[in-house]
Amino acid sequence: MMSLSLLILLPVLTALAVLCCRSLQQIRAVALTGASLQWLSSIVLLLAYWKERAAGNQDAMLFREGYVWFASFNINYHVGVDGMAVAMVLLTSFVVLAGVLVSWHTDYRPKEFFFLLLFLSAGAYGFFISLDLFMLFFFLELAVIPKFLLIGIWGSGNKEYSAMKLALMLMAGSALVFTGLAGLYFATAATGRGPHSFDLMDIAQMQIPLQAQLLFFPFVFTGFGIFSALFPFHTWVPDGHSSAPTAASMFLAGISMKLGGYGCIRVATYLMPDAAVAYAPYIIVLATIAIIYGAFATMMQTDLKYINAYSSVSHCGFVLLGIGMLTNTAINGAVMQMISHGLMTALFFAAIGMLYQRTHTRMLDKLGGLLKITPFISTVFVIAGLCSLGLPGLSGFVAEMTVFMGAWQNSGHWYRLATILACASIVVTAVYILRAVAQTVLGPVTDPSYTRLNDAAWNEKMAAVLLLAGILAIGIIPFWLQQLIAPGADIIMQQVSKAISIK
Amino acid sequence: MNDFFLLAKQELALVLIIFLLLIIKVGSKEWENPRVLGLINLLLLLNFATGFIYQQEGILFNEMFHTSKLIIIEKNILNAGTLIVSWLAFDWLKQQQHVIEFYVLLLTTLLGMQLMISAGNLLMFYLSLEMASIPLAALANFDLQKRQSAEAAMKFIISSAFSSGLLLFGISFIYGTTGTLVFTELPQQLQSTPLQLFALVLVMAGFAFKISVVPFHLWTADVYQGSPVAVTAYLSVVSKGAAVFAFINVLYTVLQPLAASWYPVICVLSVATMCIGNLFALKQTNIKRLLAFSSITQAGFILVGISGSSQTGMATVLYFVLVYLFSNLGIFTVVALVSAHTGKEEVADYKGFYGTNPVLSWVMALSIFSLAGIPPAAGFFGKFFLLMAGAGKGNYVLVVIAALNMIVSLYYYLLVVKTVFIDKHAQAPVDAIKVKSYPALALIICSAGVLTLGLASQVYEYIFSISQGM
Repeated sequence: MMSLSLLILLPVLTALAVLCCRSLQQIRAVALTGASLQWLSSIVLLLAYWKERAAGNQDAMLFREGYVWFASFNINYHVGVDGMAVAMVLLTSFVVLAGVLVSWHTDYRPKEFFFLLLFLSAGAYGFFISLDLFMLFFFLELAVIPKFLLIGIWGSGNKEYSAMKLALMLMAGSALVFTGLAGLYFATAATGRGPHSFDLMDIAQMQIPLQAQLLFFPFVFTGFGIFSALFPFHTWVPDGHSSAPTAASMFLAGISMKLGGYGCIRVATYLMPDAAVAYAPYIIVLATIAIIYGAFATMMQTDLKYINAYSSVSHCGFVLLGIGMLTNTAINGAVMQMISHGLMTALFFAAIGMLYQRTHTRMLDKLGGLLKITPFISTVFVIAGLCSLGLPGLSGFVAEMTVFMGAWQNSGHWYRLATILACASIVVTAVYILRAVAQTVLGPVTDPSYTRLNDAAWNEKMAAVLLLAGILAIGIIPFWLQQLIAPGADIIMQQVSKAISIK
Repeated sequence: MNDFFLLAKQELALVLIIFLLLIIKVGSKEWENPRVLGLINLLLLLNFATGFIYQQEGILFNEMFHTSKLIIIEKNILNAGTLIVSWLAFDWLKQQQHVIEFYVLLLTTLLGMQLMISAGNLLMFYLSLEMASIPLAALANFDLQKRQSAEAAMKFIISSAFSSGLLLFGISFIYGTTGTLVFTELPQQLQSTPLQLFALVLVMAGFAFKISVVPFHLWTADVYQGSPVAVTAYLSVVSKGAAVFAFINVLYTVLQPLAASWYPVICVLSVATMCIGNLFALKQTNIKRLLAFSSITQAGFILVGISGSSQTGMATVLYFVLVYLFSNLGIFTVVALVSAHTGKEEVADYKGFYGTNPVLSWVMALSIFSLAGIPPAAGFFGKFFLLMAGAGKGNYVLVVIAALNMIVSLYYYLLVVKTVFIDKHAQAPVDAIKVKSYPALALIICSAGVLTLGLASQVYEYIFSISQGM
């Protein structure tokens, strides 16, 4: 039997343990142990999940735990996972462990750094396993302020501006989510425990009045959308990612943006399917704009971190496109894209961080010829880039392909147009990725001092291998992930098809 | 007779302490400050403890005074606030000559506030309100050497007299049209006649002054800035809390028949208070002024909860005041320590503060996050519930405006966090402050309160169980 609360407790306890440490060695040891334990428990969770499903357990959510929290509001501590949540938990644990490894040499206020990083991961785990909307919102907000401090204290460049922008925009997102959730709460019918309900599974059984859905869906969707760079609220992404320290960038792009995508699916689409159908065209338009705009904006960037940040806007657009298309395959693709992009972008930021640490620049025109000097880092960098442009065999191809397949199942002309435009963006992606890769690792060595650089240290190698393993596991044998996600996507699509059939 | 001693126990305890202090003062023996302070803090602790015995409802003096579990817990909150203020001001009070006078004035206002909450008659209500206000002006003037302090006192007494005048004017109209001043008889007599609505406006204006609601907030910033930190803390937490309690009690019971009239007024006042409080807070460079405007904004949020006019509304407002007390006093403890040790009160003085005072910085950050409504601090739960109470009425415009105002307030709260944690001081940051005895206790209690009040649901559930709606 698997206790999901462990996933919240572990990072919190590790974070507190880090605070009690005295020396740098202790801090590192505790942080690494904690992150490894998280990683192990997420693997155990995956195995336990498979075992339950193999034993024929058909429940929508497994390993549920529920306690009353605020009885008067009918707020409960309620956790549980389906395959989709298991996949997100896995992603989180991979990125956190890699993040801790990459920031091994943080020596400016290391205690606070690891404390905040681990605290942040508690927020992400809690969010993914929550089955109560209040809890979900609690963890969503929990994962914002540590980012402000991480960027503000350990960041680079215009860090104070970026940190403030990120914090305010994300909190604005959660303010919208709050309004939507409050409206949803008062639109719910009575359950055995109270006049209204925050419980995700209960609300899914109810028929929320159409008027309430139409009113509050935009709040919830836009709110979560801000987290996952919904156009035109994506402006925090480039600034935030480029100013953040490496581990925070990995976390931001790898997990934080997925909170938004997951919320859009789990809360907005699942609980308000009629409104999701009604608003789907708008979502598709905004997602397509994000994909194309993100891709072209990336072409103009000369800073590696900005390149990856803008390409994240474009890639997260695929997630929203998949959600907007509202077919079973597209939802599957959206979740796969979240996982794939999470791993890929974390790897990309890790590689950029390693290069930056050595060369002290991220500008394309100053870098060059690094493949000869730092072969390991450069290879990782190239693989991350190829994954980003969707090379078969790596996870990006699988995810994007699934989204396109799902999108094509909608037969309207406008759906087709959006799909074709989104597909076309891959060409642009290829342009900027190949250009970045070529300028950075190929060609002549631009600065003679580069020849003295060291290749990756053990911690960096481990982080890269960890993320690479994930990318390859999805890229080469994608069906395990697909089978993991599919039951969850089926349940969401059942809601949506009910909504469509009523129309 | 037994009833008298038991029902009015909290007031009687305060009266006893006040007399004891006066006796010590007139006595021939000169007491040293630390000894007096030790004694007073012990007495205040005992006074706080009296609130936990004999929790019964009752009426005294021909309905002049009434009490219930809800009122007892409201008084407990005020007592706790006063106790923490007394702790956090320890370092400052040690340097003062007139410690006993300070406490006599402080406890007199507290007594006034408690009687105000317990009042069952408008006359009694008005008298206790005055008793709570006038000594506060003397307290605001307690920094005898500072001209600003005198200015603060002057501003406070004038605006307070003006608002009392409005209130009294309103009360006289109510008496004129209904022929009674008793709370329990008034609801049957109020029928929304034009004169009664005029009276309602006047009464609400009077209250609005006390809780510094826009457009009656103009005194707040200057008085907060000029007063000694301890008095500012007391004004912003205990005094405001008492006014909020009295306001919600009066609105939900006496003025209940006029609910259709006061609901839109509350909504408009709430929006104006949140927006204007926030806009002015953005520009402040003095930490006390910043906290003054932040407390104005918080009053706007409280009004959102009050607009809920339900059991939830009552419970969330009480809970929020409790949470606000711990959060605000946490940050005021730090400000008081820095002010008492260095005399610095500008936000910019806190640059590099984390480098020298990490523990104080974390307490400050925790309190600020709680004020801004960031989990896991209790302020998150407080704000969430307040807005839920407001949303219960179906007025989502108000909720959206409140939610967006939280973002604006987050900006200036984060600026303080940024100053403390990120900025580097050009010359020398504030030296490391040794925190001893009572202020340390205040820091621990406030932080513990901020961390536990939200995550542990029992406090809110208890308050909810004894609250009542309209």
